[in-house]
Amino acid sequence: MSLEAKNIYFRYNKKQSWILENCTLSVEKGECLAVFAPSGYGKTTLAMLLSGYLKPVEGQILLENKPLPKKGVCPVQLICQHPEKAVNPRWRMKQVLEESGTLHKDVLGAFGIERAWLDRFPRELSGGELQRFCVARALMSGADYLICDEISTMLDVITQAQIWKVVLAEAAKRNMGIVAITHNKNLAQRIATRIIDLSHSV
Amino acid sequence: MKGQHRFINRRTKVVIWTVILAIVLIFVYMFGILIPDEAVAGSFLNAKLPPSWEHFFGTDALGRDLFMRTLKGLSVSMTVGIAASLIGAVIAVFVGIVAATGSQYADAFVNWIIDLVMSVPHTILIILISFAFGRGLKGLLIGIAATHWCSLARLIRGEVLQLRAEQYVAVSRKLGKSGGWVLMHHLLPHLVPQFFVGLILMFPHAILHEASISFLGFGLPPEQPAIGIILSESMRYLSTGMWWSAVLPGLVLVMIVLLVDRMGEYLRAIIDPYSAQQ
Repeated sequence: MSLEAKNIYFRYNKKQSWILENCTLSVEKGECLAVFAPSGYGKTTLAMLLSGYLKPVEGQILLENKPLPKKGVCPVQLICQHPEKAVNPRWRMKQVLEESGTLHKDVLGAFGIERAWLDRFPRELSGGELQRFCVARALMSGADYLICDEISTMLDVITQAQIWKVVLAEAAKRNMGIVAITHNKNLAQRIATRIIDLSHSV
Repeated sequence: MKGQHRFINRRTKVVIWTVILAIVLIFVYMFGILIPDEAVAGSFLNAKLPPSWEHFFGTDALGRDLFMRTLKGLSVSMTVGIAASLIGAVIAVFVGIVAATGSQYADAFVNWIIDLVMSVPHTILIILISFAFGRGLKGLLIGIAATHWCSLARLIRGEVLQLRAEQYVAVSRKLGKSGGWVLMHHLLPHLVPQFFVGLILMFPHAILHEASISFLGFGLPPEQPAIGIILSESMRYLSTGMWWSAVLPGLVLVMIVLLVDRMGEYLRAIIDPYSAQQ
């Protein structure tokens, strides 16, 4: 039971050099893997590859020894760095959340999402508030794996702690695998069961 | 605007203007429709009268009241304009979406067609199409609709391409939504402003083309009181000094076209997301 990247190579076009070369990693269910690297080492690219937004040029992404499903709700969900880009600006937040299923009150409560926010438009919320919606949306889809691409970089420290606490609690409850991609070494050490440093291993 | 308490802000003003313009246009349209045929019947007793209080625009060579005829002609023109630009805009949205979401070949094909249609002068193309479909209202409608969808289709194509690259569309697909669902819920709502503004800005073009094609004799039949017909009839009598039969209906046509154009601009200012926040 694992999500693995097997010897993947990736570059955005043929003129470029490889961004990821022969990269292999795997996450078990119930594990939290932190991927740590400075800027420009392909962290976001890796996140998009793992969640199926991009296809590796060579190598495979395997979920329980099978390729990622192309149709239906993807069991690997990506939460991206910029929440304001990941929600439709014309939708009210309620609609945004309901895109991944019916609303659960406990999730709302856990993330500190206030009822009044549900009727607002994305631009009427701050980045941190939006990110809570994005995390809640990914959790509500019933995913087995979460890829968190610097989800807390733009948040204040208190909100960071709050969000990670909920994510980790929820992951433990459902036995989810988490790949946390981060700049922040302290955060990585705090939340992860295992840390990979891309700048060394690749 | 901070600290300044204006009673009416700019947006409200634009909205009010748009509503006023819409009311004027609807009024002209309804008035034209409601004029009975007797009001534009000919009478040789008062033929070739210059403008007076009794006949605002004077009368033509057959003694028909030109003011009534102009209004009636305007409502005919507006019907043609609305129908033609509606058809054109629907074609544009359809074609634009097909080009942006279909295969590469579909995209290339659509772009080729757009270039082809745009490369031929509209008037000539409309004359040909209108002639092929047996002139009259039908030929005109098809002719105008078939030549005016191109630029809007390009706009819609670009917009859809841009929307499809948005992250929330990719997220939506990963949440298990089908392509059709994404189209209906994410893409189409974003195209509504483009559609309406395109529609309204297409409308004056359609009216002008209708008038010019009718003027050239390839459009509406001569018994129909359309602006183009009135203008083309007036040409025959201009040399006898009947300036009013050409100048006044022509002026009204230009006025209506400018009004609609202004309304389109205002509407764009209101619903275009780039300017709607002002």
